[in-house]
Amino acid sequence: MLQNTPYQIYAIGDQGITLDYGGEMNELLNKKIFQLYTLLKKWQPEAILDIIPAYHSISLIYDLIKVKKLAGTITAYQFLEMKLREIEAQLIGDITVLVNRTKEIPVCYDVSLAPDLDELAKMHQLSHEEIIEIHIQQTYRVYMIGFMPGFAYMGTVDDRIASPRKSNPRLQVPAGSVGIAGTQTGIYPFISPGGWQIIGQTPLVLFDANKENPTLLEPGDQVRFHKISLEEFHHLKNKMD
Amino acid sequence: MGLRIIKAGIADSIQDMGRYGYQQLGIPPGGVMDRIAATIANTLVGNHLKEPVLEMHFPSATILFETSMMIALTGADFGAEINGKEVLINQPILVPALSELRFTKKKMGSKVYLSVEDGFETDKWLGSNSTSFQIHKGGIEGRYLVKNDVLYFKNKEDLEIDLLTHLPWRASMSEFYDNNRINFMPGVEYPLLEKISQNSMVTNDFKVSNQSNRMGYRLEGQALLLSIKKECLSTAVSFGTIQLLPNAQMIVLMADHQTTGGYPRIGQVATSSLPKLAQVSAGETIRFELITHEEAETLFIQQQQNLQQLQNACNFRLQEYFKNE
Repeated sequence: MLQNTPYQIYAIGDQGITLDYGGEMNELLNKKIFQLYTLLKKWQPEAILDIIPAYHSISLIYDLIKVKKLAGTITAYQFLEMKLREIEAQLIGDITVLVNRTKEIPVCYDVSLAPDLDELAKMHQLSHEEIIEIHIQQTYRVYMIGFMPGFAYMGTVDDRIASPRKSNPRLQVPAGSVGIAGTQTGIYPFISPGGWQIIGQTPLVLFDANKENPTLLEPGDQVRFHKISLEEFHHLKNKMD
Repeated sequence: MGLRIIKAGIADSIQDMGRYGYQQLGIPPGGVMDRIAATIANTLVGNHLKEPVLEMHFPSATILFETSMMIALTGADFGAEINGKEVLINQPILVPALSELRFTKKKMGSKVYLSVEDGFETDKWLGSNSTSFQIHKGGIEGRYLVKNDVLYFKNKEDLEIDLLTHLPWRASMSEFYDNNRINFMPGVEYPLLEKISQNSMVTNDFKVSNQSNRMGYRLEGQALLLSIKKECLSTAVSFGTIQLLPNAQMIVLMADHQTTGGYPRIGQVATSSLPKLAQVSAGETIRFELITHEEAETLFIQQQQNLQQLQNACNFRLQEYFKNE
């Protein structure tokens, strides 16, 4: 089923190109994207400035002058389109061999840090405990990072607790807040305005500009949440600061 | 050995050609808004083109040169004066020590660039000196400049400049900013626009709203409608992506854009038109003109060739000038 997935290639202006499988959030498609990402990184000539994987698409941002030199008589876009098709055709069927990192993330689900837990409990007619259980029993995949530095879009949230975004986004969501939007779950690396339903908070630092690898999470990572008490949260948080 | 900010401007920061290689981690490339003006600023003083420059809006900072320096001002014309004497943009200037640079009047454009020979010593983060306001990194402590900030020069020589002097050559920039036409190409969701909206996009003027900044220019004008409502999962966007917001108005993403977005991408400004767009001020209008992808590539390549020629000419002139000194 995965081989020969149809895709579309389109330009993002004169210095960007996207390969897009289309459709919805889909783990298998995202694994293909991750595999493409790995192959493109290996190929990556100096002319490619950025490779940006997303849910079901991957984009290259490039230096037009440098790509044009590689392209010769055809346009830079035509050259990259050809190259993307070539590399896409190398994708192997068995993508389960890819090794992803697994990250354990402690989350405190205490209502003092989870302002939307009550609302979600009412919405889904579940207890707080049930919502938390359902949230932590899943292993999530980091589908992509976007919106702000280090913000990981993860899925797939169990349908029993999947929830629409808030109709009135908050002006301030604290850093570390764990939220749900549709079947996505994510963690705010910075204090920010935000519309996701907040069900907890992690004491971990998601983005540390002073580290060589500034983000805790990367596209393709596997993530598991585990529940900690308010006391443990403060203890860990103090250690972080 | 440097310049001192003696009065802060509203939004002055150190920028270079951007921080690439980290968008997969959600880190935007940032960098100067007007890449042509920044390139010319560096070219005029003989710098590497990726050297960081000072980007200033109006009202701009008032600057004291504590030591002498060769500088250039490009982009906007804010009526620059040094020690009360009018100075020209797009021309190298020899500035004696203890000179004061101030900007008196917004005449043309919205961002002025200041380069100094050999560049500034500023904070580098992930390979770039561009100021990242969100992460507080790069430039000067990752923030806008404030009073008493000192930007140190990399060049530590005493240049022995006694008189304020314009060097006798200049870059002609008129062709870049001569009108309000912004070339764009259709974005992937362009075909979803109603035919009448596709037409509106190129037959109406759109005003740059005062809610515009380094992240994006919000446009005000004729509402644009989609024939099919489409929710997109986030995909990469870039400098120049034109998105249609739920209120039927457009936003053009600028240098500090988010790395990914989910709003319909109805167009993309040609890279060769971005410098012109960057110099449009809030309240002014633009007119979009549809071009093909091939045209966009050709225009950009021509522009880069012109800049290359300018660079060669400037380097030659600088060598000749200082040989004869």
